[in-house]
Amino acid sequence: MLREIGVASIENLFDSIPEDLRLLKRLNVPAALSEIELLKRFGDVGARNTAASRVSFLGAGAYSHYVPTVVDHLISRSEFFTAYTPYQPEISQGTLQSIFEFQTLVCQLTGMEIANASMYDGSTALAEAVLMAERVTKRSKVIASSAIHPHYLEVAHTYVQHAGIELKHSPYCTDSGITLTESLAALDDQTAAVVVQSPNFFGCIEDLQALSEKAHANGALLIVAITEALSLGLLRSPGSCGADIVVAEGQSFGVPLSFGGPYVGLFATRDKYARQIPGRLVGQAYDKQGRRGFVLTLATREQHIRREKATSNICTNEGLIALAVTIYLETMGRRGVQQVARQCAQKAHYAAHEIAKLAGFSVPFSVPFFNEFMVRAPIEALPLLENLATEKSIDAGIALSRFDSNRPNDFLVCVTETNTRKQIDALVDGLRNLSEASQ
Amino acid sequence: MANVPENLHYSKDHEWVRVEGETAVIGITDHAQDQLGDVVYVELPRAGDEFVANESFGSVESVKAVSEIFTPVSGKVGEANDSLTDEPEKVNKDPYGDGWMIKIKMSSSGEVDSLLTAAEYEDFTKAESE
Amino acid sequence: MHSISKVTTHISHNEQLIFERSQPGRAGFSLPPLDVDEIPLDEIIPSQFQREDDLVGMPEVTEVDVVRHFTRISSWNYSIDQGMYPLGSCTMKYNSRLNEKVARINGFANLHPLASEAESQGALQVIYELQQHLAEITGLPGISLQPAAGAHGEMTGILIIRAFIDARDGKEASAKRRVMLIPDSAHGTNPASAHLSGFTVKTIRSTNEGLTDLDHLRELCAHGDVAGLMLTNPNTLGLFERNIKEICRIVHDAGGLVYMDGANMNALVGIARPGDMGVDVIHLNLHKTFSTPHGGGGPGSGPCCCTKELEPFLPVPRIVTSAVDSDDEHRLKSMLRLDFDYPQSIGRVKAFFGNYGMMLRALAYILTHGYDGLREATEAAVLNARYITHGLISDYEKPFAAPPMHEVVFTDKRQARKGVHTLDIAKRLIDYGFHPPTIYFPLIVSGAMLIEPTESVGRQELDQFIEAMRSIASEAIDDPELVLNAPHTTRIGRLDEAAAARKPVLRWKPAAPPRTATSDR
Repeated sequence: MLREIGVASIENLFDSIPEDLRLLKRLNVPAALSEIELLKRFGDVGARNTAASRVSFLGAGAYSHYVPTVVDHLISRSEFFTAYTPYQPEISQGTLQSIFEFQTLVCQLTGMEIANASMYDGSTALAEAVLMAERVTKRSKVIASSAIHPHYLEVAHTYVQHAGIELKHSPYCTDSGITLTESLAALDDQTAAVVVQSPNFFGCIEDLQALSEKAHANGALLIVAITEALSLGLLRSPGSCGADIVVAEGQSFGVPLSFGGPYVGLFATRDKYARQIPGRLVGQAYDKQGRRGFVLTLATREQHIRREKATSNICTNEGLIALAVTIYLETMGRRGVQQVARQCAQKAHYAAHEIAKLAGFSVPFSVPFFNEFMVRAPIEALPLLENLATEKSIDAGIALSRFDSNRPNDFLVCVTETNTRKQIDALVDGLRNLSEASQ
Repeated sequence: MANVPENLHYSKDHEWVRVEGETAVIGITDHAQDQLGDVVYVELPRAGDEFVANESFGSVESVKAVSEIFTPVSGKVGEANDSLTDEPEKVNKDPYGDGWMIKIKMSSSGEVDSLLTAAEYEDFTKAESE
Repeated sequence: MHSISKVTTHISHNEQLIFERSQPGRAGFSLPPLDVDEIPLDEIIPSQFQREDDLVGMPEVTEVDVVRHFTRISSWNYSIDQGMYPLGSCTMKYNSRLNEKVARINGFANLHPLASEAESQGALQVIYELQQHLAEITGLPGISLQPAAGAHGEMTGILIIRAFIDARDGKEASAKRRVMLIPDSAHGTNPASAHLSGFTVKTIRSTNEGLTDLDHLRELCAHGDVAGLMLTNPNTLGLFERNIKEICRIVHDAGGLVYMDGANMNALVGIARPGDMGVDVIHLNLHKTFSTPHGGGGPGSGPCCCTKELEPFLPVPRIVTSAVDSDDEHRLKSMLRLDFDYPQSIGRVKAFFGNYGMMLRALAYILTHGYDGLREATEAAVLNARYITHGLISDYEKPFAAPPMHEVVFTDKRQARKGVHTLDIAKRLIDYGFHPPTIYFPLIVSGAMLIEPTESVGRQELDQFIEAMRSIASEAIDDPELVLNAPHTTRIGRLDEAAAARKPVLRWKPAAPPRTATSDR
C-alpha cells in the first residue's frame, strides 16, 4: 500500500509533524494483553468491589431495580449499539423510530407535551432546564429547593456560574421534609423558575400543585426534577400538577447501576417551548411515496447550526441507554410499571414501619414518601452502616453525614421490588442487634 | 433568475422595503429565499418593539440553516406577520407579498434614500455570486 | 458499472410503532407476588398524590412482541458491524465485543456509585489506571473522567481556563479577557461551549493551505482581551498544524491559554502528544479514538486533561491514592479514595463519577492494544486515509494540497457542474452499501465530504469504497438522475424534512387521523 501511494515508509506518513514533537520512545503503557489475560485481570479487579454482591438498600440518585432479560439482549444487537447518530435517516430508521417511541413514553410518564431524545443524566438535564428557563422568561433569578439531590445542585451551580443566572437555595421544612411555598421568600417578578425534586432527596413527596401555583402567580416556571423515575408509576404526573419543565434520571428504567454511569437524562416540557428545548428531537416525516419515517428535526436549535447561539452545546447524548429505557418501558408496559411502583411503595412502607418500632430509631419526616425515607438512629450512622455491611453483609443505607455534617445519626434507606421481605427483616434485625451492641 | 421588483428599496443583507406613507413594509428578497431553501420557521418581534437601522429583528430558518434578518430602517414595529408561524412557506412562495414580515413606523424617513434601487441590488447579487 | 435493482418488500419493512401494536391485557413482564402485607394505597399515599391517568396510552405488549418489534426495526439500521462508516471526525472504529463483556462483569455492572470507598476499590482502580494511561498518551498529567461526552469535556476545559484566569488576574482584570478565539473550521460544539463559559467568540481565518493564519492570530491576540484559543489538531481538514508550538507561544505571550479539541486524537496516539505541543487543556472522546460504541447517539465519555498548573481547577471528586496504616498484614497498604478538597475546583459537571461503563471499555481497549498496538492503530488509520486520498484524487476535487493525516476532505466541485451535489453523492453511496462520509463539514469548504476510514478497515474494503466513489463520479456524468434520486435500495426514500420542521410531530398520540401524502408539500 505504501508503494502504491508513493510513500517510502510508515514514518513518512507523519512528515507533517515537526521532528521535535515526534515521540522517540514508546508510550509508557502496559504491553498488550490477550483476551484470556484481560478477562482474568478485570475479573480480579471487579471482585474487589465487594459491595456489588451485597443485599442493598442504597438509593440517593441510583436505584436497584430488576432489569428484564430482553433489555440487554436487544441493546446488544449490533445494528443498535454499533450504529452512529442518525444523521442519514434512510439508513437509521431503527434508531430514529425507537427514539420517537422513547420521546412518546417520556411524555406519557411525565404528563408533558414534548420530550427530547435524552440528556447525559438527571443532574445535567436539570442544569439545562435552568438555562432554558432563563431563555424562555428572560429573567435571571432561579430558586432551587435545598431538598434537591446535592450532586444535582452542584452541577446546576457549575453550569450557571458564568451564565448571568443567580441560583438561590430555599430551605425545606425540617419537620415535614418538604419545600413549603412559604419558604420561597425570594420569589418575585425577576424569578425565572422555581426548582424542586419530587420525591426529594429525603424521599419525601413534594406538593407540586401548590408549588406550581405559587410559581405561576409570579410569572415563573416550575421545574421538577425526579431521581427515582419509577415513582412516576404510582405518583401523579408533574405535568398534571402544572410543571413547565420536567427532568428526570432514567436509570431506574432498565439501566444497570454501573458505578454511576452511563445513565440517561429525561427532559420534557410544553409544546410552546419546542424551539427552546436543548438536545436532539426526532419528528415524523414522509417520503415522496408517502411512506412514514422519522428524522432528526428542529436542528436549527443545535450547536452544529446555531453554534454559539445554540440552546445547548450537547451533541452525543445517551442513545443506547435511552433505547434500554424504551425497551424496559415497553416490556413492563402500562401494567408492569404500575405494579413495580406499587411493590416498591408497599415494601418501603413495611420497612419504615418496622424500623420505626425499634428502640431509639425513628422516621423523622412526617409526609408521604414513595420508596425512600430517612431514618434517625440512636448512634452515629456511618459506623453503624459499615458494621452492618461487614458483619451482616447488608448495605443498609446511605449515611447523610456524607452530605451534611449536621446529620450524624441520619441515613437514607431505599427499598425496591428487588428487596424481599426476608431481606427487609434481616435489615431490621441487623439494625436492632448492632445498635444494642454499641450502647 | 430571481425576481427584483422595481418599486422597492433593497439592502445588502437581502431585505426589501416597500414604503407606504410613514410605514416601511419589510421582508426578504426572492434571491434570499432561494438561497435559504424551504423556510420552516420565522422568528419575528412583537408590535411595539423598537429597532435601529441594521439591527437584527428576527431570524428565518430552513431545515439546515438559520439566518438573522436585519431591518434596513429605524423605527417601531407596528405589526408583525404572525400568519408566518403557521405558514412559513409563504416566504418562499410570495416573498414580496404574503411573505412580508414586519411593518415599521419609520423614525427617520430619509433612511430609505441610502438603500439600493432594484438595479443596484441586481448588480450587487450578481457580484456576490462571482 | 454497478446496477442496483429495487429491493422487494420484506416483512420487517412493515413494522409499526409499538403503540400501534398494543393490545389491552397483554403483558411482557413477570413479578413475584408481593411478600409484605398490603396496606390500602390511600393510607400510604394520599389520593391527591396518586397517579391520575392509569398511564393511559402506554403500550401493553408481550415479550415476544417486544423482541420482534426491535429485531425488525434494527434491520433498518446501518452499523459498524455491517461495514465501513467513512465519517470524518467520528472515528468509527471496531467496537470490541470483549469490551462489552468486561463492562458487564458483575463487580462493575452492579456496583452502586455511593457504595463505600473500601468496597469499591476495584472500581476506583479502573478510573485511576485509565487516568494514568490517558495522561501518558496526551502528555498532560491532570485528568477528570467526569464529563459524559466531548461537548461536556469541552465545557469543562473552557470553565477551567476561565477559573484559571480569574485566579491569576483577579475578577476585574479577567473581565477584560472574555474573547475565545476559534478557527472558522471548528466543530459547532466549540463556540457553543465557549458561550456557556461566558466568553464571546472571535473567528480566526485559515490560510489557503487550510492551516491557522498566524498573522490573523497575532492580530487578534494583540487586543489584550484574549482568554484562549480553541483548536483541533490535526484540524477538521485532516491537516496537522505544523506551527502548533508557535501558535501556543503566541497565545501564551498574549496571556491566554490553549484548548485542544481532541476529537482527532486517532492521528496522534503513540506518535505525538498535545502536552508536548504547548497545549494547556484537551478533551478526549472515548467513543472515538478509544473505540467505545456510538450506540446510535451515545453514551460517550469526554475526559478532560490538563497541565499541572490547571489541576487545582478540575472537577471534584478526584481519585487519589493514600497510604493507609495497617496493623494487619493482609489489608491493603494503600487505598484509593475520593478527594473533595479542591477549593479552586470549577465544581461537579455530573452526578457521581461520569460514564463509568465507557471508562471500563476504554481501559480494556488500551490494555488490549498495548504500547505497540496503540501506535500501530494510529499508523494504519493514517495510511488508510492516504490510500483513499490516492484513490479518489483523479475523480474528486481535493481543495488542499497537503497530505492529510487520518481524514481527508474532498468537494463536489466537479460533479456540481452536472448538477450533482455532495448530498446526492452521499445518498447514492448508500446504494453501494456504505454509510456516507461527513457532509457539509467543515463549513469553510463548500460541499465538503470529510472521509475518515479508521484503522478498522482492510485494503479490500478500502478498494471497494474507492470503486464505489469512482463509479458514482461516472454516474454523475453519464446518468445524473440515478444519483439525484438516490437512495434506491432503502426502505424509505429522502424524507420531506421541511414539512417535518414546519409542523413538528414529536410523539405518537392515540387515535390520530391517518396521514396521506399531499402534492403541495
